[in-house]
Amino acid sequence: MTFYDRGTILPGLIIGLCLFLSPFIYNGGKAGKAPVPELTPKAKEAKQCVAPKPYMTAWHMQLLDNWRQEVVREGSRYFNANQDLWWNNQFDGQLLEKWRRFITSSDASTPGATGKTYYKSLQVTCMECHSNKSKFCDECHNYLGVSPYCWDCHVQPKEDKQ
Amino acid sequence: MTVDRRKFLKIAGLSAAFGLGGKTAVDIFAPGELFASAGSAVPVATNQKKWAMVIDMKKCLEEQEKGKCNQCMAACHRVHNVPNFGDNIKEEMKWIWQESYEHLFPSQHNEFISEDVKEKPFIALCNHCENPPCCRVCPTKSTWRREDGVVMMDLHRCIGCRFCMAACPFGSRSFNWGDPRKAPKELNPDFPTNMNYPTRTKGVVEKCNFCDERLGVGKIPVCVETCQNINVHALIFGDLNDPASEIRKLLHSRYSIRRKTELGTEPKVYYLI
Amino acid sequence: MLERALKGSPGYWWLLGSLLAVMTVGVVCYITQFNEGLKITGMSRDISWGLYIAQFTYLVGIAAGGVMVVLPYYIHDYKAFGRITILGEFLAIAAVIMCLLFIFVDIGNPVRMLNVILYPSPRSILFWDMIVLNGYLFLNIIVGWNVLAAERKGVQYKKWVKFLAYVSIPWAFSIHTVTAFLYAGIPGRHLWITAIMAARFLSSAFAAGPSLLLLLCLLVRKLTKFDPGKEQLRTLGGIITYAMILNCFFLLLEVFTAFYSGIPEHQSSLVYLYAGLDGHSRLVPWMWTSVFFCVVALVLLVIPALRRNETTLALGCVAVFIGTWIDKGVGLVIGGFIPNPFHKVIEYMPTAREIIICLAIWATGFFVLTILYKIAISIKEEVGVTNH
Repeated sequence: MTFYDRGTILPGLIIGLCLFLSPFIYNGGKAGKAPVPELTPKAKEAKQCVAPKPYMTAWHMQLLDNWRQEVVREGSRYFNANQDLWWNNQFDGQLLEKWRRFITSSDASTPGATGKTYYKSLQVTCMECHSNKSKFCDECHNYLGVSPYCWDCHVQPKEDKQ
Repeated sequence: MTVDRRKFLKIAGLSAAFGLGGKTAVDIFAPGELFASAGSAVPVATNQKKWAMVIDMKKCLEEQEKGKCNQCMAACHRVHNVPNFGDNIKEEMKWIWQESYEHLFPSQHNEFISEDVKEKPFIALCNHCENPPCCRVCPTKSTWRREDGVVMMDLHRCIGCRFCMAACPFGSRSFNWGDPRKAPKELNPDFPTNMNYPTRTKGVVEKCNFCDERLGVGKIPVCVETCQNINVHALIFGDLNDPASEIRKLLHSRYSIRRKTELGTEPKVYYLI
Repeated sequence: MLERALKGSPGYWWLLGSLLAVMTVGVVCYITQFNEGLKITGMSRDISWGLYIAQFTYLVGIAAGGVMVVLPYYIHDYKAFGRITILGEFLAIAAVIMCLLFIFVDIGNPVRMLNVILYPSPRSILFWDMIVLNGYLFLNIIVGWNVLAAERKGVQYKKWVKFLAYVSIPWAFSIHTVTAFLYAGIPGRHLWITAIMAARFLSSAFAAGPSLLLLLCLLVRKLTKFDPGKEQLRTLGGIITYAMILNCFFLLLEVFTAFYSGIPEHQSSLVYLYAGLDGHSRLVPWMWTSVFFCVVALVLLVIPALRRNETTLALGCVAVFIGTWIDKGVGLVIGGFIPNPFHKVIEYMPTAREIIICLAIWATGFFVLTILYKIAISIKEEVGVTNH
C-alpha cells in the first residue's frame, strides 16, 4: 500500500488536530468555573422567585418567552405559579411535588409563599429584585456564550459601577 | 394529567363566562386597580368592550390658543420611550402628533372653509380601525386587531417588511430605521424616559397602542389622562359598546367626523368639530 | 453537469471575477446596513419602500417573462422554441433569486425572516408571494435541469417533467399577479389601487422578460458556438411587440381614468411623476426618459422592416428594457407613496450604499445566470443542437 501525497496530508492532519484541540490546551484541560448568579439583598429577602428556584434556573427563558406571548398576544398580565405552572409538562414532576408540598406546608404561612401573583414583566418585576443584571444575568450568559436579545428593547436597570 | 396551557386558559375563560370568576377572579388575575375604582370615564360593563376615542377639537384648539399645548403628545412619547428626531423627517417617530386640518382631512377641505379649522393643528394618532388594512397585509400577524378593538403590535415578532406602512391610509406607523437608543443625544438627553417601558429595536414598525399596557391594569390611555389632569377634557376615551359611556353620549349629541371613511376601514377615533 | 461551469475561457473567468467583485462590495455595504439598520438607505417614514422593492417588482416580471418561450413550446407545440426554453427557464431562476435577495435586503429584521413560515398568515399577500416565488424557483430548477440532462443523454425527458413544465406556465402568471396584488389591494394608495394592475404587470413582464432573453440570445450567439436561431429571435420579437403595445396601452388607460374622471387623488401621483407636484419634480426627467424609450421601442418594434433587422430589433429590446425598468422599477413603487397620506410631497433619493447593494444583487443574478448558461450552452455545443 502506498500513501500518496504523504507530504501534504500528514501536516494537514496535524494542523487540523491542533486547531481542534486548541481550546482544551488553552484551558489546560480544566473546565472554567461556572459562575453562580448573585442575589441582591432584596432578592435574598424575598426568599422565593415567581416560580421554584430549580425551575427558574432551568426554564427561565421558557417562562419569559411564555410571558411575552401571553402579555402581548393574549393580554394576560398576571402570573401565579400555583395556577399557571401546573400545566407545564416541561416541568419536572418531582420538583412540582416539592413545590406543592412547600406551598401547602406550614411554611405556607410565610407571606407570599402561598402562590403570590406577579405582574408579568421582565423590566418591572424581574429586574426590580434582580437589579444587578451584570452579576445576576450577564456572568452566566457570558459563561455559556449566549447573548439574549431581550436588552435590545427592554431597558436594563441602572447599576452602580464598582 | 396533561392539560396544556391553552386548554387551561380556555377553561378559565369559560368559567369566567359562567360567572364563576367574579370578584375573586379579578383579584387573582388583576389585583390592583379595577376599572370601577379608576374613577375615569371607563365604565364597568360585562359585555365585550370596544375601545374608541373622541377628540373634542373645540376644547383642544381653545387650549392651544392659550399657549401651545402639547401635553398629550409629550406624555405619550415620554411614557412609551418614543425618541425625538427633531427636524429629521426621514427617521421621524410619532405615536400622537399634530397635523393641520387640510392635511388630516384632505378630501373635506375647501378654500372658503371656516377660520375655526383652517390650518388649525388637529391631533392625529392611530385610528384603531375596525377593518384595518395594516393587519390584513401583515405576513406574520405581528399586527392584529384585538377583540376590544385595539390594533396591537407584537414587537417581538415584527420582521420589518413595512407592508403595514404602505397599507395604512392614515400615515400612523413609524419604522425604526436605526436603533432608537442611538437617536440624537441632544434631543433625547434622558432617553429612555420611562424605565418601566421598553424601547424598540432597529427594524420594527411601531405606532400608538391605545396604551394597551395601561388598559391591561385598568387605567385609561396616558394622553387622555394627561388632558384630564390639565382640566381640558378634549380627549375622551371609552367603550363604544356601552350606550351609557361618555363617548357614546358625545357622539349622539354632537356632530363628529372621522378620517377617510370612504376607504371602509372604520376608524375609531372621532373628531368633534 | 455542474462540472462544466468549472472549465471556461479566460473571458468567462474574467466575467465571473468582476461580478464577484461587485458582489463583494455589496456584501460589505450590506453588513453596514445590517449593523446600523435601514437608515443607511434613502427610505423614510413616508417613502417606506424604495429601490429594493422596486427592483424586486421589476424582476418578478423578468422571471415571469421566461414563460413566453415555455408556453409556445409546450402548449402550442411550437418546436422552434425547444431550442431556447432552457435559456428562458435559467433566466427565470436567476431573476427569482434576485427577487428573493431584494426582499431579504429590504427586511428590517432579517434574523426573524422565518416568522413568515412560523406564523403563516394566508390573509397577507406577501405570504402568498413567498409561496409562489419559491415554488416558481423550484419548478424552473427541476424542469430546466431535467430537460437539459435528458438533452445531454440524447433521450426524451420524463413524463413528470413535462407535467411540471405545464404547471410552471400558469405558475408564471401567478407570480406576477400575486405581486401586483401586493399593490392593487391597498386602500389609500391611489396609483396602485387599480384593477388593471395585474394586467399591466403581466404586459410589461412579457415585454421586458423576452427582451432581456432576446438580448442574451444575441450575446450567446456572438460568444459561443450555439446559435439560438433566426426564427426563434423573430418570434420573440413578435411577442415583445404585442406585449409592449399592450403595456403602453394599459398605462394610457390609467391616465384616461385619472384625468377624465377628475378625481384629485387618482391624479396626484401621476401629476407628481410626469409634471411634478407642489414644486417637487425629482422623478419627472426619469419618467419622460421612460416615455421616450417606450416610444422608441414601439417605433423599432412595430415597423416590420425594423423588427426583422436584428440590429434595430436589439435596439428596440434595449429600449423596452430601459423604458419598462424606469416605469416599473422606479416610478410605480416610489410614485405610489407620493403624495403621502397627508397629501404632502416628500421625495426619495436612494443613497450610494443602497444603489451599490442593488447593483450587487443584479451582479449576483448575472453570476448565477452566467454559470447556468455556461452549463446549458456547453451541453448544447456538445450535442450539436441540431436535434430539435
